[in-house]
Amino acid sequence: MGARRIEGGIARPAPVSIDVDGQSIQAFPGESVATALWAAGIRALRTSPVSASARGIFCAMGVCQECVADIDGRTTPTCLEPVREGMRISLRWNRP
Amino acid sequence: MSACDVIVLGAGPAGASAAIEASKAGLNVVLLDAGAAAGGQVYRAPPGSFRVTDAEAMGPDFAIGDGLRQELAASPAKCFFGRSVWHIAPGFVVRAVFEGNTEVYEAPTLIVAMGTHERVIPMPGWTLPGVMGLAAATILLKSQRILPGENTVVAGTGPLLAAVAASILKGGGKVAALVELSTRMDWVKALPSLISRPDLLKRGFGWLGELRAAGVPIYRGHALTAITGDAEVTGVEIAPVDAQWRPLAGQRRTIAADSVTIGHGLVPSTEVTRLMGAKHEYRHEQGGWVALRNEDFETTIPNIFVAGDGAGIAGAAAAALRGRITGLAVARRAGRKIDASRETTLRAQLGKAERFGHAISDLMQARPGLIETMTPETIVCRCEEVTRADLDSAIRDGARDVNQMKAWTRCGMGPCQGRMCGEAAASLLAAVQGGDRSKVGQLTARPPLRPIPYEAIVGQFDYADMELPEPQPG
Repeated sequence: MGARRIEGGIARPAPVSIDVDGQSIQAFPGESVATALWAAGIRALRTSPVSASARGIFCAMGVCQECVADIDGRTTPTCLEPVREGMRISLRWNRP
Repeated sequence: MSACDVIVLGAGPAGASAAIEASKAGLNVVLLDAGAAAGGQVYRAPPGSFRVTDAEAMGPDFAIGDGLRQELAASPAKCFFGRSVWHIAPGFVVRAVFEGNTEVYEAPTLIVAMGTHERVIPMPGWTLPGVMGLAAATILLKSQRILPGENTVVAGTGPLLAAVAASILKGGGKVAALVELSTRMDWVKALPSLISRPDLLKRGFGWLGELRAAGVPIYRGHALTAITGDAEVTGVEIAPVDAQWRPLAGQRRTIAADSVTIGHGLVPSTEVTRLMGAKHEYRHEQGGWVALRNEDFETTIPNIFVAGDGAGIAGAAAAALRGRITGLAVARRAGRKIDASRETTLRAQLGKAERFGHAISDLMQARPGLIETMTPETIVCRCEEVTRADLDSAIRDGARDVNQMKAWTRCGMGPCQGRMCGEAAASLLAAVQGGDRSKVGQLTARPPLRPIPYEAIVGQFDYADMELPEPQPG
């Protein structure tokens, strides 16, 4: 199940679609890609290179590198990257 | 290349305040930050595309952060956001990545205000998706406006615990339990130092009141000994601890949850001063290794200054004051006219703020027994998946220093560059040397200071464009 967005205090812009490995999900421009994935219930963002175990958001500030994914062809921490319409994200970039 | 009088690294309360003061005193200031706006982690703004409709609902930190952002925007300082600094050469030549390309900035003076990162002493299951730091949960709640989970265990040390738990409730989520290492007595002992900030003390009591009203179970003097679940978090196991925070055997209790947020205090981020070769000392109550500095916050490397929590954990209020004093000091030393009485007032305020901040920081620092939550199979280094058993084996083989341990086991060699595992590894090493962290040293800082795209270093080129000599003999 996806994590719930908090409605109070702010108004979000109109949602857009982003592509995650062929699946289209709704996201709000400006929120982080990590947040959009979290809200869509996608918690496992990559597999670790040694044991291929699932990893997700851990520091949310660009330090731990656990949430990196392929965004439009570039390996990027999803917690720092703002959502833009039409973004293409791959969570399988480091898997065989 | 962009040349100026001062480069400030980091736009949190310290860096932004330093840039405001130095630029208003007439210096040409460039401020670089990896984020999208000023505020750092503590005053992190919601995304620019979000419209704040109810500032009160965003909490008191939002108003302070917004005030700081407005003051910075009105100052002559030139701010460059989205810049990740990866190298600094003497002189000082700063290299930062922006949108995949390297930019170069140059100035004779550097103010380093890189803030902190969070310490988490590992336990089984801490790599599962759904487990995150307290600072991460704060960012999700305050800036991204999303819950860390439906039913969250909040665990660790310090005032962030109650703050995060109260924010989860306010955002409509459920707190499965608050699990704190400190006891009520630890807080009572700190009280005389905390009374200097009655406003913050009142806020803390307010959070606890909200948790009690919501019926959140609070376990004090307890550690998280395991996080359970196969693919995702299903719950936690907790145990009471002794005075050194060693979990007591045979008294485990389980709590169901779908997410966990955990932290064991903050560690000053010193990679820049380490890279530049400044002298550091280990100060437990300030979060660990800090750069040695004089009263103007100048390090042992002339013209490199440190400000904020990166110079030793003392909290957001002290960070802003340190930033202002550093900004004024840099301007004074550059021969600019500054208001000396204002500097005196700021220094007096700093004394009071630091007293509060150091007392809180002291409460948050992990005690030596906490390393026992790391079982032999527990992954300590998340990047390279080095377990406690691997580290214990290196220690048995004679590793005595964190860099030696890194070379032998790869612990700290991955993309986080030891920021996640460094504290745990150093604590294990220190445990066999009488608990003295100063003996085990600190990891050597090397460029790139952050993982960056390869093209950002080498630039973009085509092999066809390379001039190759004709094969010889022709």
